[in-house]
Amino acid sequence: MRNQTSMRLIFELSRSGRGSTVLPPLDVPEQHVQDLLPPDSLADAPPPLPEVAEPDVVRHFTNLSTLNMAVDTHYYPLGSCTMKYNPKRNERLSSLPGFLHLHPYQDEETLQGLLQVLFELQQTLGEIAGLPAVTLQPAAGAHGELTALMIAAAYFRDLGQQRTKVLAPDSAHGTNPASARMAGFQTVTVKSTRAGFVDVDDLRAKLDDSVAVFMITNPNTLGLFDQQMSQIADWVHERGGLIYLDGANMNAILGIARPGDFGADMMHYNPHKTFSGPHGGGGPGAGPVCVRRHLGDYLPAPVVSRHGDRFTLEKLPPKSIGRVRSFFGNVGVLLRAYCYLCTHGPDGLRRVSENAVLNANYLLSRVKHFLPVPQGDRCMHEFVASASKLKKETGVTAMDLAKRLLDYGFHAPTVYFPLTVPEAVMVEPTETESKETLDAFAETLFRITGETAELLHEAPHSTLISRPDEVQAARKPVMRWTSE
Amino acid sequence: MQKEGITVNEEQLLYSSSHEWVRLREDEGGKVATIGISAFAVQQLTDLVFMELPEVGRQIAAGEEFGEVESVKAVSPLYSPVDGEIIAVNSELPDRLETLGDDPYEKGWIMKVRLTDESSLARLMDYSAYQKQCSEEG
Repeated sequence: MRNQTSMRLIFELSRSGRGSTVLPPLDVPEQHVQDLLPPDSLADAPPPLPEVAEPDVVRHFTNLSTLNMAVDTHYYPLGSCTMKYNPKRNERLSSLPGFLHLHPYQDEETLQGLLQVLFELQQTLGEIAGLPAVTLQPAAGAHGELTALMIAAAYFRDLGQQRTKVLAPDSAHGTNPASARMAGFQTVTVKSTRAGFVDVDDLRAKLDDSVAVFMITNPNTLGLFDQQMSQIADWVHERGGLIYLDGANMNAILGIARPGDFGADMMHYNPHKTFSGPHGGGGPGAGPVCVRRHLGDYLPAPVVSRHGDRFTLEKLPPKSIGRVRSFFGNVGVLLRAYCYLCTHGPDGLRRVSENAVLNANYLLSRVKHFLPVPQGDRCMHEFVASASKLKKETGVTAMDLAKRLLDYGFHAPTVYFPLTVPEAVMVEPTETESKETLDAFAETLFRITGETAELLHEAPHSTLISRPDEVQAARKPVMRWTSE
Repeated sequence: MQKEGITVNEEQLLYSSSHEWVRLREDEGGKVATIGISAFAVQQLTDLVFMELPEVGRQIAAGEEFGEVESVKAVSPLYSPVDGEIIAVNSELPDRLETLGDDPYEKGWIMKVRLTDESSLARLMDYSAYQKQCSEEG
């Protein structure tokens, strides 16, 4: 069945002179490149581009694409990533010619439909967040974090306050401290308790007038809702700091709890997670940011506003941090989020979260008997099991379990994150999976824990590449193809 | 007092809760601490890919970050167990990270610090206390 040449590089398929391009006759005067560019700008030889016939190109990439796992082909319980099903109607609606063929330089009058959609998306996201001022500009969740922290920096500069630190718990996504550093802050880690919540004694010891922002993910990366949230927000606000909510886990609380109500001043969404956009090849994504009204003056431009029946793009407001993305952001993924929100409506979104939490708890109840879940018997939208005991008894690691699942046709859960759980196996089923799928996954995982260590150390056995050498890949990455 | 080149007995080292080990020696200028990371820590980190060393001459406080190690799993900060001035670093180590696993207490040393304050030593653990911590974490 498998095409045996499909793993060869496109360069290796190349044969000199074998092109697949048919060009129309030249209808302009011919000019040589030597007459247009100075000699030192000319290459000595043409670049070594692959010369391949069209069917070979198509087969090459089509075959490679079938080696991948996707939500449309496999169950994908990748914790923290919310790999829910991406409804096809979103694809169809976001590809309507009226959206698809717009150009950002068109006159505003001719963009009214799109601007209305973006305006309504701003309103809806603000309402779900409980934070009314919204920008759709950031191109990804981490970009949203950076945008919000730049807003915080501008805000404190305006107040004449020297605040240099950003606090984040040790269970935070790695993007939190990275964004804080990029925005010019020093990052300070706050410990978690054994139960998986913010260690409030450690937080209070580190909380002083130099703290600009406390970044918190709630529900957190262990799949737990930190019920100290409002108290934490009060402490931070008493010292003049701001609360940033990393909205990665919004899929657990849509229509149930609003971050603005539990103390957040700023947050981002990941539309590709929560609102069913595709997780595609690194982009294009979006990371809309919502903030309290008094921080709205600092939002990046443009923001869509409404004047009667007319929608306009507001140019830079006086306190704006500037532009963070060209044009209107990544409109395609925003349109998909809008379709998803309209499809479900307020009650439907609440049911999305209820079912996400129900599915996670059902799976937790089946898994915890053979793979301990250190942080308790209940969870929100995901849970973190530990293969620590298994490793001690048999030498089988979280990585071994993850790799072996591929052989059974399941995508692996997230492993070794969060860092606070040894041998972490982080499972997020999402609301779109059936009980049968969850049962099949739990039974397979159970079966794997009974397999021999020798078999598991060598897994996966059924994929074209088994275990890439991650050490060499990190230390000596081969980034370029050369003919030698 | 330990001398360089003599087989190190890991039971005679001091340990921090963040898995750095400390070996003390005395010279004319006072106490010098040689610092590395424990075999348990290296094992937990799994396959190492990068390491960042501090600069010689830097003043460092106990609990302060002095470098980091990156494995295929995560980046982990290294914390100084003592207060003092960094007088030497094992500059060959980042190119031979396997040394950390093969010989963590001798050739795998990371830096040497001339102590300016000895009070932080009281917070370090002896071998048996450290073993107890490791068995709880592992």
